[in-house]
Amino acid sequence: MKVESGLKYTKKDEWVRVEGKTATIGISDFAQEQLSDIVYLEYLVSEGDEVAKGDEIGTIESVKAASEIYSPVSGTVTALNEELLDTPETVNSDPYGAAWMIKLELSDPSEADALMDAAAYEKNVAERDS
Amino acid sequence: MYHPHTESDREEMLKAIGKSSIEQLFDAVPKAFRFPELKLPPRLTEMEAMGLLQDLAEGNETSRDLPMFLGAGAYNHYIPAAVDFILKRGEFYTAYTPYQPEISQGTLQAIFEFQSHVVNLTGMEVSNASHYDGATAAAEALNMARMVSRNKRTKAVISPALHPHYRETIDTYIQGENFTVVGPELDPASSPDALFGLIDEDTAVVMVQYPDFFGRIYDLSALAEKAHAVGALLSVSVNPLALAMFKSPGEYDADIVSGEGQPLGIPLSYGGPYLGLLATKEKYVRTIAGRLVGETVDVNGKSGYVLTLSTREQHIKRDKAGSNICSNQGLMMLAATVYVSLLGREGLKEVAALNYHKAHYAAEQIASLDGFELWSDAVFFNEFAVRCPMPVAELNEELLDAGIIGGLDLGDAYPGMENVMLVAVTEMTSKEDIDYLVTALQEVANG
Amino acid sequence: MAETTIYDKSSPGRRGVRFPQPDVPLTKLPESLMRKELPLPEVSENEVVRHFTRLSQLNYGVDIGFYPLGSCTMKYNPKVNEAAARLPGFALIHPLQPVDTVQGALHLMYELQEHLKEIGGFAGMTLQPAAGAHGELTGVLIIKKFHEVNGEPQRNKILIPDSAHGTNPATSAMSGFKVVEIPSDGRGNVDLEALRAECDETLAGFMLTNPNTLGLFDENVCDISALVHEAGGLMYGDGANMNALLGIAKPGEFGVDIMHYNLHKTFSTPHGGGGPGSGPVGVCERLVDFLPGPVVVAETIDDGFEMPFYRFDVPKYSIGRMKAFHGHFGMMVRAYAYILAHGAEGLREVSEYAVLNANYLMHKLKGVYKLPYDRVCMHEFVIEGRWSGIEDIHALDISKRLMDYGFHPPTNYFPLIVREALMIEPTETESIETLDAFAEAMLRIAEEAKTNPEILHEAPHNTPIGRLDEVQAAKNLILCCGLPTQYAE
Repeated sequence: MKVESGLKYTKKDEWVRVEGKTATIGISDFAQEQLSDIVYLEYLVSEGDEVAKGDEIGTIESVKAASEIYSPVSGTVTALNEELLDTPETVNSDPYGAAWMIKLELSDPSEADALMDAAAYEKNVAERDS
Repeated sequence: MYHPHTESDREEMLKAIGKSSIEQLFDAVPKAFRFPELKLPPRLTEMEAMGLLQDLAEGNETSRDLPMFLGAGAYNHYIPAAVDFILKRGEFYTAYTPYQPEISQGTLQAIFEFQSHVVNLTGMEVSNASHYDGATAAAEALNMARMVSRNKRTKAVISPALHPHYRETIDTYIQGENFTVVGPELDPASSPDALFGLIDEDTAVVMVQYPDFFGRIYDLSALAEKAHAVGALLSVSVNPLALAMFKSPGEYDADIVSGEGQPLGIPLSYGGPYLGLLATKEKYVRTIAGRLVGETVDVNGKSGYVLTLSTREQHIKRDKAGSNICSNQGLMMLAATVYVSLLGREGLKEVAALNYHKAHYAAEQIASLDGFELWSDAVFFNEFAVRCPMPVAELNEELLDAGIIGGLDLGDAYPGMENVMLVAVTEMTSKEDIDYLVTALQEVANG
Repeated sequence: MAETTIYDKSSPGRRGVRFPQPDVPLTKLPESLMRKELPLPEVSENEVVRHFTRLSQLNYGVDIGFYPLGSCTMKYNPKVNEAAARLPGFALIHPLQPVDTVQGALHLMYELQEHLKEIGGFAGMTLQPAAGAHGELTGVLIIKKFHEVNGEPQRNKILIPDSAHGTNPATSAMSGFKVVEIPSDGRGNVDLEALRAECDETLAGFMLTNPNTLGLFDENVCDISALVHEAGGLMYGDGANMNALLGIAKPGEFGVDIMHYNLHKTFSTPHGGGGPGSGPVGVCERLVDFLPGPVVVAETIDDGFEMPFYRFDVPKYSIGRMKAFHGHFGMMVRAYAYILAHGAEGLREVSEYAVLNANYLMHKLKGVYKLPYDRVCMHEFVIEGRWSGIEDIHALDISKRLMDYGFHPPTNYFPLIVREALMIEPTETESIETLDAFAEAMLRIAEEAKTNPEILHEAPHNTPIGRLDEVQAAKNLILCCGLPTQYAE
């Protein structure tokens, strides 16, 4: 399992990369491993929508499991990775790169500070996996 | 008895698990409630039980005993012998949901072929593996439309000519939710055009029946256009046998088709088990309730079938699932698949045409009687409503005395229609039966 | 070996069945409304019968062998039940016939209602629900309506143990309730402290499966009922596991207010490859008026004979109709025949032997397979399909390998609270020899897992088809056959 440093993580396995006022959101390598072969992704928000931290922004499915994706932070949706809808298996192969899902313009850039950093997330996952 | 345990088996098994009596296995059950007395009739042997059941069965008047003109969602059709022959194969009827595809290819392929038959009859792109019945399938169709609108739209426009049981079932399913149904209050004699004024931006779905509850067939193109113009879906509840003859809902650009599959080789059986149909366009496949079977390949590249898209379902999504359905109507689905395969393209058209011609003959004969007239002049399939010179309740009692089970008293579901009878005629109704009904109606009406 | 589809067998002009010529004058057809194409297969009767017979041979059913699919009660389906349901007096009656022409059918339904009330300890019963999940929906809607009629619409929360079937939360959500999951304690019972914390003025009901899906009778059942009732909630009982309790305990007596039966589990009606099920719902006295209508009632007419007259009635606060007509009558006939064949004494034997078989089999497997809750089980039990030190063997591998030994696998990956769960329900209709043979296969598989794990990974080896690619099925949806040749482009 890979945990990329420099990102912030949630207990529900989303990651967020904050660059200035922009947040990019995806799901972690651990999450994709748990789901196994991903066959379907759907966004529940559109460009321009306001989302609050904790809102459901998407669903992702493998053949055995389905999982909701929650927004780790609050803001306005500025981009959706539409390409990923046709190639959801990219989430398995490149969860921190090509499989980014949603970009937000943050309403409160400090909000992400409260999330786990890579080390804390690694520890959190290790506890759950035992 | 269906359990094989001998006295010595029991002793051996108890000994193995270290218990001295079976009673000890139930120590976790609170003592106050343990081993209650059951007041049931004494056990019978198979011979005795069958005798008793035969007596009960003989306490009913069947469609073979008396000419029957009841329809309204359940029809007396001929079922070729081969259908039940296949249904009785233990490999089919003693299996369960095909969770293990390697040893369930029979059920899976049958479902796949059923889905194909439904798709081809309805003109839709995908069908599920079946639902409970026509009423619950209509309720699920409505639920699907709500999901398509992400629960943003809060209204369904439903034709007053949708089967009253289906409408009641929908009411039960949506009670207490922020969702309303409009339309049933309209004049049931009106055509689907009457729904136009009710369709707006808040409408998730427009639902009609085809043929409708009164047997009528309408062109649905304009209704589909009206619905689509405001982003609503058109859902059509069908009798699949009529689709062997009339344009499919797909040809009218309907979005969801539900229906009652009983006419396809399933006995009347006092109302069930029947067969719910549910089909839609491919773009809505993720909102469809129930099982779906898809084709794929095995590890050696050999083609085979599996349950697919099961992440929509309750056992994975739990409280996020769109529907709670867990079963399908497996055996009834198989009956319909064998029936449609046996009759095929030509046979199905032939039965549909027989129904049409016989029903029209009956309608014409009845309408020619003094005091009787057809309630509607719309095109109909195998069922029609007729206005009688006296309450149908009284008429039916007289008909029963004459050895006829008359049509449905529409006053029960539609206040003001106490004198209107819904008459169904199928390929099983002979000209003699029809002529006998006509004579009896004339005698009763003329005192 | 693979069987082509019925569409592949189509040839224009073939017929399976013919119908008589019309005996009435023909009516003009409404051309503008007629369809032009009907792309269905054209096949002879022999081909149809062979096709479906061959398909049947690719299936595994209870009539072939042991089918210990946990939570599904795959018991033997008595053949006399099939004959009874097909009697013309039952098969050829219309649901809307005048009630005086179907008194035999109504008598049967009435008696079945009475028997099911007696077996479960209930005051009222509806036979209308089409399946277990449909019965749950009925019950949860009754909970909702009950609180509304009592002026407590704020009760919007249903509590569900983490071991519950997925239908429980799905049903509650579908009925507009908020679902709160209650964890299980170390003995597999509902965690009473967690339950207590959720018992407040928003509590609508608690959905309890007892015995639960671990196959354990919840030892705290009286405390659970008391907590829920004191908080003003109703107890829903999921009757999926009633095969353990016939004549052993009446759920209505240990506090269950509403319960659905699964006639296709407990009362031997066939599973039919996925259905039809049948899910009658029983209720306690204060909920009788909420049952869906219509229900069958008996009234005695003073006509010199003592025969009651049966008719339908709609209860006062009825939640409404759950489906068209009266329920799966064909399944009711079978279940009634089953109850007649057993009586009180026979039904208690059913549960006793179901529980004895499960304990015997559990005893044979424990030690080799990890038993997460080591207690006397009821009619089923759950083991783990994994061993520490053997990587990469999953419950699924064990299941697939069981097919090679000629058995249907247990339920996999359920309940969710046990890792690599294998849920085994032998039922009472299996002999000690069958249980021994199954146990032996399971022990050999455990041995193979150590010595030859590949044989498990690659299993099944002896089935008509190997493991199927479910990822491809979901990604590249093919949900129906190609059209018959004359329509194909």
